Amino acid sequence: MISAILVMALGAIVLGAALGYASIRFKVEGDPLVEKIDAVLPQTQCGQCGFPGCKPYATAIAKGEADINQCPPGGEEGIRKLAELLGREVKPLSEEHGVEKPKSAAVIDENLCIGCTLCIQACPVDAIVGAAKQMHTVVERLCTGCELCLPPCPVNCIAMVPIAESVDTWKWRYPVFRMMPKEGKAA
Amino acid sequence: MLRALFKFNGGVKPQTHKLDSVRESIGQIPLPAELVIPLHQSIGGTPRPLVKAGEKVFKGQMIGAADGNVSAAVHASTSGTVKAVEMRTMAHSSGLGTLCVVIEPDGEEAWIETRPVAWRSLPAGEVRDILRDAGIVGLGGAVFPSHLKVQGSRSTKFKTLIINGAECEPFITCDDMQMRERPAGVLRGAAILRDLLQAEEVLIGIEDNKPEAIASMRAAVANLGDTARDIQIVPIPTRYPAGGAKQLIRVLTGIEVPHGRRSTDYGVQCFNSGTAYAIHEALEFGRPLISRIVTVAGNVEAPRNYEILFGTPMRHAIAPTRAKPDSDRVIMGGPMMGFAMPNPDVPVIKATNCILVGSPALFPPPEPEMPCIRCGECAKACPADLQPFELYWFSRAKQFGKAQEYALFDCIECGCCAYVCPSHIPLVDYYRFAKSEIWDREREKAAADAARERYEFRLAREEREKQEKAAKLAAKAAETRAKLAAEAAATAAEDDPKKALIAAALARAQAQKAEIQPDNIEQLTPAQQAEVAEIEARRAQIREIAHTPPENKP
Amino acid sequence: MAHNSPYLLKPASVRSVMLRVAAALLPGIAAYVYFFGAAILVQLALASATALAGEAAILALRRKPVWLFVSDGSALVTAWLIALTFPPVVPWWLTVTATLFAIVVVKQLYGGLGQNPFNPAMAAFALMIVAYPLLMSQWPAAGFADFHTQLGLIFGERALDGITMATPLDALRTALHSEENRATVAAVIAQGASFGTLGGKGWEWIAAGYLLGGLWLLQQRIVTWHMPLAFLAALGLIAGVFHLINGDQFATPLFHVFSGGALLGAFFIVTDPVSGATTPRGKLIFAAGIGLLTWVIRTWGAYPDGIAFAVLLMNIAVPLIDMHTQPPVFGHKKGDGA
Ligand code: SF4
Ligand code: SF4
Ligand code: SF4
Repeated sequence: MISAILVMALGAIVLGAALGYASIRFKVEGDPLVEKIDAVLPQTQCGQCGFPGCKPYATAIAKGEADINQCPPGGEEGIRKLAELLGREVKPLSEEHGVEKPKSAAVIDENLCIGCTLCIQACPVDAIVGAAKQMHTVVERLCTGCELCLPPCPVNCIAMVPIAESVDTWKWRYPVFRMMPKEGKAA
Repeated sequence: MLRALFKFNGGVKPQTHKLDSVRESIGQIPLPAELVIPLHQSIGGTPRPLVKAGEKVFKGQMIGAADGNVSAAVHASTSGTVKAVEMRTMAHSSGLGTLCVVIEPDGEEAWIETRPVAWRSLPAGEVRDILRDAGIVGLGGAVFPSHLKVQGSRSTKFKTLIINGAECEPFITCDDMQMRERPAGVLRGAAILRDLLQAEEVLIGIEDNKPEAIASMRAAVANLGDTARDIQIVPIPTRYPAGGAKQLIRVLTGIEVPHGRRSTDYGVQCFNSGTAYAIHEALEFGRPLISRIVTVAGNVEAPRNYEILFGTPMRHAIAPTRAKPDSDRVIMGGPMMGFAMPNPDVPVIKATNCILVGSPALFPPPEPEMPCIRCGECAKACPADLQPFELYWFSRAKQFGKAQEYALFDCIECGCCAYVCPSHIPLVDYYRFAKSEIWDREREKAAADAARERYEFRLAREEREKQEKAAKLAAKAAETRAKLAAEAAATAAEDDPKKALIAAALARAQAQKAEIQPDNIEQLTPAQQAEVAEIEARRAQIREIAHTPPENKP
Repeated sequence: MAHNSPYLLKPASVRSVMLRVAAALLPGIAAYVYFFGAAILVQLALASATALAGEAAILALRRKPVWLFVSDGSALVTAWLIALTFPPVVPWWLTVTATLFAIVVVKQLYGGLGQNPFNPAMAAFALMIVAYPLLMSQWPAAGFADFHTQLGLIFGERALDGITMATPLDALRTALHSEENRATVAAVIAQGASFGTLGGKGWEWIAAGYLLGGLWLLQQRIVTWHMPLAFLAALGLIAGVFHLINGDQFATPLFHVFSGGALLGAFFIVTDPVSGATTPRGKLIFAAGIGLLTWVIRTWGAYPDGIAFAVLLMNIAVPLIDMHTQPPVFGHKKGDGA
C-alpha cells in the first residue's frame, strides 16, 4: 500500500518536473497569439470594432477584453476563423459594430475634389495620393474600404463603390447537390 | 524506328466522335458584320489598348500591347474601323465582360506591312519579344504566352522538344486537320523551336486514331529533308487525356513533371502543334496570330473545321454548319474540359479550339447525384494519381487546407473522375469551386498583408513625425531658456546693456516682420494677383468647412 | 440548371454496380439451394423485403428521395449478405431484426449510403452471434433439404435435434479443444460427417460458386484484385505456416479457404467499398489484416467463423490505413523531392 502510494507520488513528481521543464524550455517569445489573431483580421483598419485598428483589437481579444464578433469587414467568415483559432463558439456578428458589406473601394469624384488633403490624413493605409490644392485620387488596389476618409471630406466627394467581380476574380460557385431527380424536364 | 513509350496511370476512353468533322477540308468563314476582340486573351496581364474608336486599323495591326512580360499582344484580325473600345461579354463561363476592341471590317482585308524576321541572327531575348508582340500563345487551350516557354533552364541541359498533336478530347479535330493539310508549316515551326531551344530531338506525338495526320506528317518530314532533321513522328495510344502536356511528356519520355515545376528543369518542353504553326507564320512571314483553326461540331448538321478570325461571334461561325433545332447551348472546348458559353454571341478567341453545340440529347443532364460510395473508380481513372474522392470530401466540406494537402492543385481538371463516377458526382465542379475559393483567399490574404504593412508604416511615420516635432519644440524651449538665463545674468551684471539688448531685439523683430511679407507680389500681373487672392479666399473657406462637424454638412 | 464539363459521362451507376454484385452471388446461391434446400431462398426474400422496407421508411423519415436510394441496390446486397452468412434455418424474426439493425442503425443512422464506417452485414452478424449464440450456430447438415421441415424451423416451433449440426469449422475447433489436444485434424475430419474434400461437405461447392461469381466481378472491374488476393493469401499463408509447424493441430490452408465464409468474404464482404480502405496499398493491408484476424479468431476464438469480427476490427483502422498509404501524386514520386 505504502509503496504503491510512493510509486505514484514519485511518478507525479517526475511528470510534474518534466512538464515544468518543458514549459520553461519551450516557452515562446513574444505574444504569438496576438500575431495569430491579427493575421486572421482583415486589416481594413476601419475601427468599427471599437479599437483604433486591427492590431489593438487583436490584442484586446488575446487579453480576453473583446469578443470575437466585433469586426464587420471580417464578417461571418472572419468570426469562424477566430472561433477556430481560439477554440470558441461561432456567434453572429454583433450588430452594434456594424454590418458586413460587399467589399468596396473609395472613389473620389475628381471634379468636386478641392485638394484639401484631409482625406489623405484620414486614410490608414496611405491609399490616397495628391498634394495640397491638387486633385486627389484613391489607388483602388490599396484601398481597404474602411470608409474613414468619408467624414472628413469637406465637399462630400468621396463615395464607396463596390468592387465588381471581373473575369479574373470570378469564382466558381459551390456545386448544387442534385439529390432529387429533376422535375418538369419532360417538356 | 520504334520508340519505347511509357504509360501514365488512369485515363479513360470515351467515344471520340471525331469522324464527322474531318470529312471536309478546313473551310473559310465570311467576314462577320463586326469583330469583337477581347484584349485579355492569354494568361497574364491584360494588354493595353493602342487604338481608339474611329481609328482605322489594318489586318494584323497591333491593337493591344503586352502588359509586362507575362502577357501577349493582340492584333486586329481584319482591316476596318474601330467602332468602340468597350466592355463586351467574354467567352468565359462567368458571363462577365472584359475590355474589347470592336472592329467594323471594311472588307478589304488590307494587311499591315509584314516582314520575315531574321530570327537566326537575333539574340534570343529579342526573338522572344517578337513572339510576344506577335501574340503567340499556346493554342491547345491553355493560352500561356509561348515566348516564356522558349527558354531553357539554367540547371538542366535541354534535350527533348515535344510537339503535341495528340488531341485527345472527343469531337475536336482542329490539330488533326492542320497536320493533314499544313504539315510543312507545323514542321517548320517545330524546326524553329528546335533551333531556338537547341533541342537534341523533336518528338511529335499524335494519337494513333489519326492515321492520316501521321502519314501526312511523315511524308512532310521526308520532303523537308535537312530542315526536319531530328524530328520524329510518334504515334501514341489513344487514351484520354494523352494530350495533356504532362501526360504526353510522360508517354514520350517517361519524365513526370510535377505541378509547379517548369518542364525545362527536366530538359523537355511541349508545344501544341497549332502553336508551332503560328510561330512559323510569325517568324517566317512576320504575320501575327489573328486566326486559328476551330472545330465546329456537336449538334450540327455539317460539322467541320474552319479557319476563324479572332473576334468572330460564335453564332456566326456556327451558321454554316447549321445547328439542329434542339440545340440548347454552346460549349467552348471539348466535352470533357470545355465550358458552356454565356451566349452564342461571344467571340472566338485564341483559346477556342472547338465550338461544340450541345443539346439535351447529345449531352444529357447527369443523373441525380448520389453520395460517394468510395468505390475508387475515380482514383483508378485519375491521370494525376490523385484520390479524387478525398479531394471531393474536403472541397465539399470547404476544408481547403486539407484539399491542398491532398494535392488539389495537381488536378488538371481533365474530368476523368467525374466521367467514371457511378454516383454521378460533379467532382470537377467541386475542384473548380475549391480552387477559385483558395485563389480568392490568397488574393485577400495578400491584400490584408499589404494593408497591414502600409498601416504599420504609417504609424511608424506618424510616430517619427511626432518625435521630431517634440524634439524641435524641446530644442527651441531649451534655447529660449538659455537665452533668458543669459539675459538675466546680463541684467544682473549691468543695467544699460539690458536696455540695449531690448532695443536690439525690437529691431530684429521689426526686420523679421518686413521679411515675411509676401515676396514678389509687386512684380505679378493683376490677373495673377487676383488668382492669389482667390486661392487665399478658398483656403479660408476650406478651413472653415473642415472645422464644421461632418453631421452638419449639406 | 447549369451543369459543367465533363459533359460526357460513362453509363455507370451505383445501381448497376450493386445489381452486378448481386448477380455474382447467384452461382453460390444455386449451389446453396442444391446442397441445403430452398430455405435459403426464403431467408433471402425475408431479408430483402425487410431491407427495402426499412430503408424506404427511414429515407422517408429523413426526407430523402426514397425511390432514388431504395432502387440503388445497396440495401439488397446487404440483405443478401446477411442471409448468406446466417444459418439458413434461423427463425424469421432473427433475420428481420438483423437486417433492420444493419440498414437502420449501421447504415442510415450513420448517414446512409456511402457514410457508414462499418460493414452493415457484418455488424448485424456480430450483433446476432453475441445475442443469440445458439441460434446462430445451428447449421443444417448437407443433404438435409426437406423444405417443409425447414419452413417449420423458420416460422414455427423449433425442434432442431438431429437436423442441425455444427459447421465444419466449429466442429473442428470444438474437437481439438475439448479432447485436450489429443485429437488431430486428420482424425476429426475423418470421423466428422460434415467434412468434404476441401472444406465442409457441400460448403466447398458453395464456396466454389462464390469464387466463380467473384472472378466475374474481377472481370467486370467492379472489384480490383487487391482485396480478394490479399485476404486469401494472408489467410492461406498463416494457415499454411501453422499447418507446416504442427499439422495435427492446425488445418490446411485449403480447408480454411474453402470453409465458412472465406470465399464469400473475399469477393463480397471484404470488398465492400464504403467501409473499406481505398488506396491500392491500403486495400492490401486492410484485406490482409482481415485474413490474419479471421484465422486467429477461427483458431482460438469462441465463434464459428471469424470474418465478421475481423472485418469490423479492420473497419476501425480504415481512416488510419488510408491516411498512411496515400499513393504518390503524379510527378511527386520517390526522390523527386517536394
Ligand atoms: S473592425 Fe476594422 S479595425 Fe477592427 S479588426 Fe475589423 S477591419 Fe480591423
Ligand atoms: S468514383 Fe464517385 S463514388 Fe466512386 S469513389 Fe470516386 S467519387 Fe466516390
Ligand atoms: S479532374 Fe483532377 S482529380 Fe479528376 S481525374 Fe482529372 S486530374 Fe484527377
